[in-house]
Amino acid sequence: MTHLGSESHAGVYRYDDVDRQFVFERVEQFRGQVARRLAGTLSEDEFKPLRLMNGLYHQLHGYMLRIAIPYGVLTSRQMHRLARIARIYDRGYGHFTTRQNLQFNWIKLAEAPDILRELAEVDMHAIQTSGNCVRNVTTDQFAGAAADEVVDPRVYAEIMRQWSTLNPEFSYLPRKFKIAITGSLTDRAAIEVHDVGLRAKRGPDGAVGFEVFVGGGLGRTPFIGKPLRDWLPEADLLAYLDAILRVYNQWGRRDNIYKARIKILVHELGLPALRERVEQEFAQIRGPRYRLDPEIVAAINDHFAAPPFAEAAVSVSGSLDRHPELPAFGHWLETSITAHRQPGYAGVTISLKPIGGIPGDLTADQMDAVADLAARYSFGELRVSHAQNLVLPHVREDALFDLWQALGPIGLATANVGLISDIIACPGLDYCSLANTRSIPLAQQIGARFSGPGEQQNIGDLSIKISGCINACGHHHVGNIGILGVDKHGVETFQITIGGKVGTGAALGAVIGPAVAFDQVATVVENLVAVYLEQRQAGEPFVDTVARIGTRPFSEKVYGIAA
Amino acid sequence: MASKAITANRVQDGVTIWVGPDENWVERIADAAVFDDVSAETVLRAVKARGGTGFVVDPYVIEVTTNREGPFPVRYREQIRARGPSVRSDLGLAIDRRPA
Ligand code: HEM
Ligand code: SF4
Repeated sequence: MTHLGSESHAGVYRYDDVDRQFVFERVEQFRGQVARRLAGTLSEDEFKPLRLMNGLYHQLHGYMLRIAIPYGVLTSRQMHRLARIARIYDRGYGHFTTRQNLQFNWIKLAEAPDILRELAEVDMHAIQTSGNCVRNVTTDQFAGAAADEVVDPRVYAEIMRQWSTLNPEFSYLPRKFKIAITGSLTDRAAIEVHDVGLRAKRGPDGAVGFEVFVGGGLGRTPFIGKPLRDWLPEADLLAYLDAILRVYNQWGRRDNIYKARIKILVHELGLPALRERVEQEFAQIRGPRYRLDPEIVAAINDHFAAPPFAEAAVSVSGSLDRHPELPAFGHWLETSITAHRQPGYAGVTISLKPIGGIPGDLTADQMDAVADLAARYSFGELRVSHAQNLVLPHVREDALFDLWQALGPIGLATANVGLISDIIACPGLDYCSLANTRSIPLAQQIGARFSGPGEQQNIGDLSIKISGCINACGHHHVGNIGILGVDKHGVETFQITIGGKVGTGAALGAVIGPAVAFDQVATVVENLVAVYLEQRQAGEPFVDTVARIGTRPFSEKVYGIAA
Repeated sequence: MASKAITANRVQDGVTIWVGPDENWVERIADAAVFDDVSAETVLRAVKARGGTGFVVDPYVIEVTTNREGPFPVRYREQIRARGPSVRSDLGLAIDRRPA
């Protein structure tokens, strides 16, 4: 892979020949390893680290392949390829995750090299989707499109991708390392729950710099990221990240897997001491030899040039026909549209949360259909959001009605983005070998309870997040309502928290009382919502009501009735 | 004494399997052999030793009861492995149902 400092051949998916050759060689290397495993000359113990380096996990039903979608950006061509893989090599569907990755659950080891080859042909791979390295950098799903964007975060996500990919110094960190970046006023990338969170912003002279958070993360010991630095000049981005990773590499704990993430180091050292070490390291390596060349940044910036927006679209801006005769379209518009920086355009979120469906799952046919729609309506570009939805980033306002009509028949016009049934759920016990409990069926049950006309709209903004174990892949700690599966003597039970949130001013939820049984969860959620509807003030979302009145009224309602 | 079966996943395609009556691997738990605690551990050791490098991934012992069709797992986790995801009954047994 091309690294910065040598020549700059950035490019999202527009790999150069060296990149391409590298990925193909890597596939063939893996093919050899698989052949040796199948022949029995490699044991599972020997083979496991090799397959994990290529994104191949062993889960409840066999092999699972995790495919990187760098900063969540996909082309129509790539989406078509994913559809083809789902159809030919898997069981006709794939699962989009909160990490802006895609997982296939029914992979045959013997075919894994062919799949990786198919991916390589469209400049995709599964490298660094596992292991104690810097993982896929995630960002705002509306990057390059949002009206409130100050700096395009894709540029820096791409720079970090090049810097981190196969970086030998950071291949054996104490534990995995996740970086998220936003460049907007509204943080849609959840930067405060990542190992490092970056907010790109502009100084008084317009120069780009970063606010740096460190030590955020969920899992067993959740922490909100702490402010490490208020302003990091663009030129120092990589030197400073290097400094953080070096300090972590040296001082992060390797004796206990549960204490190995950087959040624990931050917690044990304290922020000032950590900052001092980082600044010391940074002082040694920064400087003329290690700075991000503005020319490189400019070259990468060019790769993210805006698509050829139509002048004609501007003239219809703001005069969108809402088709009042079709209220369903109005509902969909209300939840699915995000303001675009280009007049006459909109960002469209496609909900992957149909009522009663599986959050994040998409069939091969839907993948093909949505890839075609992206080609037709969004310059061939798609995004994956950390809320397990898809985004068409650049849609003309005067095409929204046609798009909506096309989404309906393929089951992708659910008008619930940001509402109570737009639930994040980890795979849980239905797929995951680490799970205590199921989580998908709860999402289905809860969605069904609030499916009456107008019910969700009346409740308004409310996020439910479900994890099937303490690893917190479903981000339950930061759900307005968080649901965590715990195993009580072999019985699935669920701990409920309220008041968590992500984005600017992220907060962890508070436990409302003893864990409840599988069958009670949806009723508990109904009770929580009932208290909110009773108590809310005008315009107050659920999470603000919790902040104002505390958890007690909620606990009383839930346990008063459930007991 | 609790009834036991031995499960794993097949190396080449990941399919969930159980040790059958003649110590061959079977793809339906109803066809699995049932062992007592002691013999289950013995067979597990033999499975792990087989071929040195082994031809299955992650073999282990599970608890089973016996119903009309044959042995069935006690724990919910193992029931899901045997039947496939609870949310995708269309996928049926954990055998290859890839569309033709
Ligand atoms: C089914 C296979 C999966 C396995 C075995 C798995 C395993 C894990 C483990 C062990 C951790 C904790 C790591 C640590 O704290 O050091 C973790 C964290 C995480 N996983 Fe997964 N995961 C799986 C699927 C997913 C899926 C499908 C998603 C997205 C929907 C996801 C998103 C995450 C996220 C966001 C975290 C970080 C939570 C944090 O901040 O600590 N994972 N996963
Ligand atoms: S939270 Fe636990 S159950 Fe859910 S996917 Fe992660 S590891 Fe599996």
